[in-house]
Amino acid sequence: MKLTDEEVRYVADLANLRLSDEEIVRMSHDLGHILTHIEQLNELDTANVPPMAQVLFEADEVATLREDIPRTPLSNQDALANAPASGGGYFKVPKVIERS
Amino acid sequence: MSFSDNIPSLTIQRVREGLLNKHFSALELAKASITYAQAENPKTNAYLTFSPERAFAAAARVDDSIAKGEYVGSLAGVPLAVKDVIVTKDLRTTCGSRILENYKPPYDATAVYRLEQEGAVIIGKTNCDEFAMGSSNENSAFGPVRNPRALDRVPGGSSGGSAAVVAQGTAVVSLGSDTGGSIRQPASFCGVVGVTPTYGRVSRYGLVAFASSLDHIGPFARSVEDAATVLEAIAGRDDADSTSAFAPVDDYHALMHEPVRGMKLGLPKEYFEGLSSETGQVIEAAIRHLEKLGCEIKEVSLPHTKYALSCYYIIAPAEASSNLARYDGVRYTIRADGETLADMYRNTRGCGFGPEVKRRIMLGTYALSAGYYDAYYKKAQQVRTLIAQDFNEAFKQVDALITPVSPFPAFKIGEKIDDPLAMYLSDVYTLTGDLAGVPCMSVPCGQSSEGLPIGLQIFAKHFDEATMFRVAYNYERSTKQ
Repeated sequence: MKLTDEEVRYVADLANLRLSDEEIVRMSHDLGHILTHIEQLNELDTANVPPMAQVLFEADEVATLREDIPRTPLSNQDALANAPASGGGYFKVPKVIERS
Repeated sequence: MSFSDNIPSLTIQRVREGLLNKHFSALELAKASITYAQAENPKTNAYLTFSPERAFAAAARVDDSIAKGEYVGSLAGVPLAVKDVIVTKDLRTTCGSRILENYKPPYDATAVYRLEQEGAVIIGKTNCDEFAMGSSNENSAFGPVRNPRALDRVPGGSSGGSAAVVAQGTAVVSLGSDTGGSIRQPASFCGVVGVTPTYGRVSRYGLVAFASSLDHIGPFARSVEDAATVLEAIAGRDDADSTSAFAPVDDYHALMHEPVRGMKLGLPKEYFEGLSSETGQVIEAAIRHLEKLGCEIKEVSLPHTKYALSCYYIIAPAEASSNLARYDGVRYTIRADGETLADMYRNTRGCGFGPEVKRRIMLGTYALSAGYYDAYYKKAQQVRTLIAQDFNEAFKQVDALITPVSPFPAFKIGEKIDDPLAMYLSDVYTLTGDLAGVPCMSVPCGQSSEGLPIGLQIFAKHFDEATMFRVAYNYERSTKQ
């Protein structure tokens, strides 16, 4: 299994990762190597095996529901405390919409 | 003060006796412990942050309760360290990553809250592989941890710091997290007890998410009893984690003291193929010892074991690629500027994450991308069902399973870092426990000819931690000099 540099760049875009040219080369080698190993799963016939959607849950379906009682949420100040840029009670990001 | 000399060999019980008999106060112990841990830390790099203010405040509360004759919790005054992927309010929590280098969480993890409710004294946060991704602790952005038993070797990973502080004696117990072996493998490499409880036994609220269907919080300790005490304190239903279990928490201490005579222990044959001869001999001797204690030993088969690595390296990276999407330069401390919002995201993540985290995000994104979902993710989830069924079948025949933790003891720093697949293979015996969600642990059972610790792995049925502890405790007690 071999991943081309173009495929690696496409996946990096999906993942919002900036990779250097050097990282792209290394990544296509490493991912190819790992995916080759992973191909062994095709030895198994799983046509009639259900996927394991939930690890373990022994209680009934509504067990996790609780009464709707108001609780004090995280304050605006606490929620913004770790933001690299904030102002007026909001997170600041680069301009997304141009003013016309 | 004489007790400071004994810090490396303290147990929960000894701390309790010392406090209640007024040999020392909790505050004196907290101060001496942090001073000792700070002095020892340059050898191993196991702590990333010390928390003296928080520790002294917790210790003062314990001293106050003792002075007033009030109830003191099961962990009163016990110096404890917490892996840096578990959040602590206002105390820096880095996940071993540059991207969270200055992150101060606005809340405590449920496990941390429960420990402090029982009087535990958190003295610091421990180093780990970045976002718990690794098997050697070399993936930390803050430098590798050195194994206190052999300083040129890795402590294992990803909870290498939490294993090292307990082995080194700078904390009595610690918390780690396990997604594919990250508690048991470092416990084995450092010669301490490490426990991965049943999935859902301990709330994951406040455990920074890596792979949500595989993540567990669990304890490290120098004895089976201490590990059980910590697990009892943190286990049990928590409304803040809807996957946490309602099943009642057993009285582990009462049950582990029962003898093991007549218990049926299974040896899954797939775990003994290709084992290094030295590790094999030590495990073999431990099995013979359990047989002498009256256990019936029976060979069993977990036929899908060889597919666990492939299964895991689809599911865990897939979940990670989704969970780590939140580190985008908006909410969590670090931002690298860019012309557009997308550029800012990409630049922040490109310089904030280390190579292994990037590799797993890429692998997971690829496996979940259009056209590949059925071939990879769905296939892996089906194989996961088969792996879990293997355990169910085995537990129809035996009470517990006995295996090695790792195919080899601690390797040298740098030895495997350039070959990701070789590194992944060091978890080949531990991944299955996380995939099946069963409780499992590592208990020290000997050492290699070079003096490197080797651990014995014990698996039990879902929610049957008591049986696992019973085997471990009987083994430990009958082999200790």
